[in-house]
Amino acid sequence: MRAFDFVVADSAAAARTLVREVPGARFYAGGTTLVDLMKSDVERPPRVVDISRLPLNAVERRGDVVRIGALARNSDVAYAPLIETNFPAVAQALLSGASGQIRNAATVGGNLLQRTRCTYFRETRWRCNKREPGSGCDALDGFNRGHAVLGTSDACIATYPGDLAIALTAVDAQVVIEGERGERTIPLSEFYRLPGDRPQRETSLEDGELITAVELRVDPLYARSHYLKVRDRASYEFALVSVACALRLDAGTIAGARLALGGVGTIPWRSQAAEQVLIGNAPDDAVYRAAAESALDGAQPREHNAFKIELARRAIVRALRTVAGGAA
Amino acid sequence: MTTTQRPDAPGRTPQTLTFTLNGSEASFPVEPAVTLLDLLRERAGLPGTKKGCDRGQCGACTVLVNGRRTLSCLALALAHAGDAITTVEGLADGNQLHAVQRAFIEHDAFQCGFCTSGQIMSAVALIGEGRVRTDDEIREAMSGNLCRCGAYPNIVAAIAAARDAG
Repeated sequence: MRAFDFVVADSAAAARTLVREVPGARFYAGGTTLVDLMKSDVERPPRVVDISRLPLNAVERRGDVVRIGALARNSDVAYAPLIETNFPAVAQALLSGASGQIRNAATVGGNLLQRTRCTYFRETRWRCNKREPGSGCDALDGFNRGHAVLGTSDACIATYPGDLAIALTAVDAQVVIEGERGERTIPLSEFYRLPGDRPQRETSLEDGELITAVELRVDPLYARSHYLKVRDRASYEFALVSVACALRLDAGTIAGARLALGGVGTIPWRSQAAEQVLIGNAPDDAVYRAAAESALDGAQPREHNAFKIELARRAIVRALRTVAGGAA
Repeated sequence: MTTTQRPDAPGRTPQTLTFTLNGSEASFPVEPAVTLLDLLRERAGLPGTKKGCDRGQCGACTVLVNGRRTLSCLALALAHAGDAITTVEGLADGNQLHAVQRAFIEHDAFQCGFCTSGQIMSAVALIGEGRVRTDDEIREAMSGNLCRCGAYPNIVAAIAAARDAG
């Protein structure tokens, strides 16, 4: 690791000032992504600002809204009754991610900002437009079995790696962000940016802005949700494909639907087209398959990752069967 | 491929870190770039916590932070001021081994032993969490601790026995 200054912040406002003062400074919450990438020399912050002691770790209900503090640990959120009961896909996604040790350290806010696992990003000897803007992308014609097929560009095909954000996308999560001009709340679906020709810019966060919470509205739709993760090992592995879905059934018809995909997109991938295929139809395999076809419409494989397209379709059908079965 | 961290890499300004280490207060001057793992091994004289991958992938460096299992290789030491850290050296009561340590011996739950302290720390915490009932649940909960010798069946048996004895 390169040398850096370490400062403990005693308030969110102080933390934001400390980060804004030094270009490239980073917030430190659980450390699990940041320390790893600092050891790889991918992250080179001249200053690290410890926010882990700030009082932003509660999971609480206020009226119809469940508010998850940005510093809540993944394990605490996964086992919180408010989450297990009202947003099962979120609890399942959290428990499918990383290991028990990492979930005890990783925070919700930090998890949303987890960087891609693309090998060409994580190893500095390769060209990567995300790490070194304008340098090129060695993944395009490299070993790209794990790479994205949706939302890609000529500059970047790196997969968004997380599980939590996929489930949060399917339950219409909102991100609360504190900045110089006060607090703003945006849908998670507007938080991530497609790579386009600027893959180094991954989110709509501006310099010195801090995620302080994630908010979820309690709704029967989200209480009937499910997360399915398909990977090379049974545990402790990133998704090849994952599906977060929610259904509301009314008299044998799908009245409400949410569908989001992980492992296949450059960002958490919500398919409103697939949701529209489901809504108004009977919950059966033919409809699920049609929705799955729709969700992968326009997918663009590279040399090694074409298998993800059919894998994702089948995972969508299985996830929808599971969530509908739970509704019977 | 990996950048090896020098344990005594010169961070900018050393700061005094005070925390509870295996039940006693401890204090060290620490530079920012020192991980909790390197602090324990290189400065606190506690080499029981192992450095395997040093990248959060193998679990050999597992310690308890305020009773919860976590990876010491992915934590900056200075972020743990005031915390209670327990390493494998802190489990035994004098010459009386911890129940999980005894179970690992009784069930021959290791071969080379390199991953064992991490396995034991992880097992102690997860038994305390109280969520593992079946062997499959133990396997899932222990998936962050790799064993290159493949002692997994006996590790699962040891953890089940220690859980049932507790």
